[in-house]
Amino acid sequence: MSAQTADQPWLARTGEPMLEIANLSVFYGNIAAVQDLSLDVRKGEIVTVVGSNGAGKSTTLRTISGLIKPRKGTITFQGDQIQGKKGNEVVRRGICHSPEGRRIFPRMTVDENLDLGAFLQNDKAAVAAERDRVLELFPRLAERINQKAGTMSGGEQQMLAVGRAMMGNPTLLLLDEPSMGLAPILVDLIFDTIEKIRDQGTTILLVEQNALAALRIADYAYVMESGHLKLEGDAKQLSRDDAIVRAYLGG
Amino acid sequence: MATTTAPKSPTSTKSARAAKSGANNRRWALIFAGAAILVFVFYQYLLPHLDQSVKSVFDSWLPISTLEESLVWIICAIGLNIVVGYAGLLDLGYVAFWAIGGYTAGWLMSSFFNNVDFSFFGVIPPQPGGIHINFWIVLVIAAAFCALWGVIIGAPTLRLKGDYLAIVTLGFGEIIPQVFYNGDCIGPACWNVSNGTQGIYPVDSMNAPKILPGMKGATLGIFDQPYKYIFFCLVAALCVFVSLRIREGRLGRAWLAIREDELAASMMGVPLMRTKLAAYAVGAAMGGFGGVIFAEYVGGVVPDRFNFSISITLLAMVVLGGMGNVWGVMVGALVLAWINATGLKQIGVTFNQVFHTSINFPANNYLLFGGILVLMMLFRRAGLFPEMRTKAVLEEDEVADDAGGTHLSDPEEVTA
Repeated sequence: MSAQTADQPWLARTGEPMLEIANLSVFYGNIAAVQDLSLDVRKGEIVTVVGSNGAGKSTTLRTISGLIKPRKGTITFQGDQIQGKKGNEVVRRGICHSPEGRRIFPRMTVDENLDLGAFLQNDKAAVAAERDRVLELFPRLAERINQKAGTMSGGEQQMLAVGRAMMGNPTLLLLDEPSMGLAPILVDLIFDTIEKIRDQGTTILLVEQNALAALRIADYAYVMESGHLKLEGDAKQLSRDDAIVRAYLGG
Repeated sequence: MATTTAPKSPTSTKSARAAKSGANNRRWALIFAGAAILVFVFYQYLLPHLDQSVKSVFDSWLPISTLEESLVWIICAIGLNIVVGYAGLLDLGYVAFWAIGGYTAGWLMSSFFNNVDFSFFGVIPPQPGGIHINFWIVLVIAAAFCALWGVIIGAPTLRLKGDYLAIVTLGFGEIIPQVFYNGDCIGPACWNVSNGTQGIYPVDSMNAPKILPGMKGATLGIFDQPYKYIFFCLVAALCVFVSLRIREGRLGRAWLAIREDELAASMMGVPLMRTKLAAYAVGAAMGGFGGVIFAEYVGGVVPDRFNFSISITLLAMVVLGGMGNVWGVMVGALVLAWINATGLKQIGVTFNQVFHTSINFPANNYLLFGGILVLMMLFRRAGLFPEMRTKAVLEEDEVADDAGGTHLSDPEEVTA
């Protein structure tokens, strides 16, 4: 990475590394989902991983949050190796995951969903503060606070999924396809909010198929294809490079 | 989408929610407690003085012994409800815990181990030979022992999900009663742990403090039925209390989260294995209560009482009453236990008299249970008294589907 930085000055990034993935390989049985992936996320950034279906983006996120064990490689978070740790230990360290397909608890109210997001938090005052922050970011959730989550629209459910993950007061927030199945206007709203969350001090790793929308708000970007890392660079630079956009980003 | 309202204060909505469920629980608790006391007063003080014809109606349609047996079923159904209703883990072998609880009572409250002579506030007058421990202490020991077995059985099986878990629990539900059934000669040294098919008989009478006027002696035997009934009620009340309290707490929320979506729960930091084991342990402990009380009700422990059909009947009680709703489960258990013990027999007798037939109604009870389960699934999936949250969503299911759906029920690899 450092060698790359020397001859590619736009790769220079400020901020200390928060999450470093080195030579990560993940398999489902004999099928390689992610191969030899290395990436890092620095404090205060929105880092996005873009790529088409089956590129291994979601697998990467799931491996980080302890849902899948990697076959090879290391994941270092704030100096500690966390690969292969159980899900609850990863959450305890401050990595919260808003999963693909939202996976809110449909039979619980918005309120109860948010409560569960703060499952590992013991400080009641801090949880209340976090809850106020989430409801301020997503006023729609405040309106629906006592509604069963399963009865809300897709956009509202997505807001809840992000809000629920934030209730764990994460240092690093993992977002898996927050734009999936949403109307463009809602995508803009969600992405604006993600930017706001970053500005309030939470580092974000965003996985997206909607590459152009992701690159618009991201600071740094990785492009994956069939389990391999293809490209990386400053998000704005990548989105301006027509050849790259045509080849990888469906532009 | 951009409308803003002031976020409601977090405490107000939560306390409103708690107050609502609290009022509901208080209402049900009053109904059950009132009914229990009425039944006791009626059978203890009124029934003996009533006319013989009235007495015989009650003796044949609703004897107090049926109510006592129902309480055993209620206690076990409440325990199974924690595993199936709260945590969403289908357990088809719950009878194992009932049996372990029963045999714990058999070991600790009889002359079974006749080479030792140990008594601890046991049966009065004291009996020589065997282990005679106080009923209430045995109750606690059996609960702890069953909880331990819940963990032992759960640790390997809870790595499985859904149908696979159900099948493995089914296996354990067969294995453990079989061990007791053939337990008169285990291992090369031929240990006798259960007397085999003979069972352990008799089990000591129940110790009970003289808290009610007219109670004679400090132990309750086979014939002190209404008194025993009221103490069984107390144990059932304890189970209700415990399951309602846990439900409101952190563990209860974790169970609910696992029931709704295991993967999402683990993403929230819920420790899957520990939480599921806790459900097994608490459920099993109540099975232990049920086992001890059953041993006390029957006056002994007989292995062929612990068969697979008990697991299924208990499951039917939970489904009929309303999975996840303790009160509904209690109603379901009462109804099915009554049908099983006296209802079906009496209906059959009446039916045969009126229509001059000779149909054996009790022999067809599983036909009836199967029919009930099918009808429930067709017309009232959430049970007679659905848990509040289930009710709301079954009604709103279509809305949720239109809104883009929520559940991606694809098989997931979760490292538990």
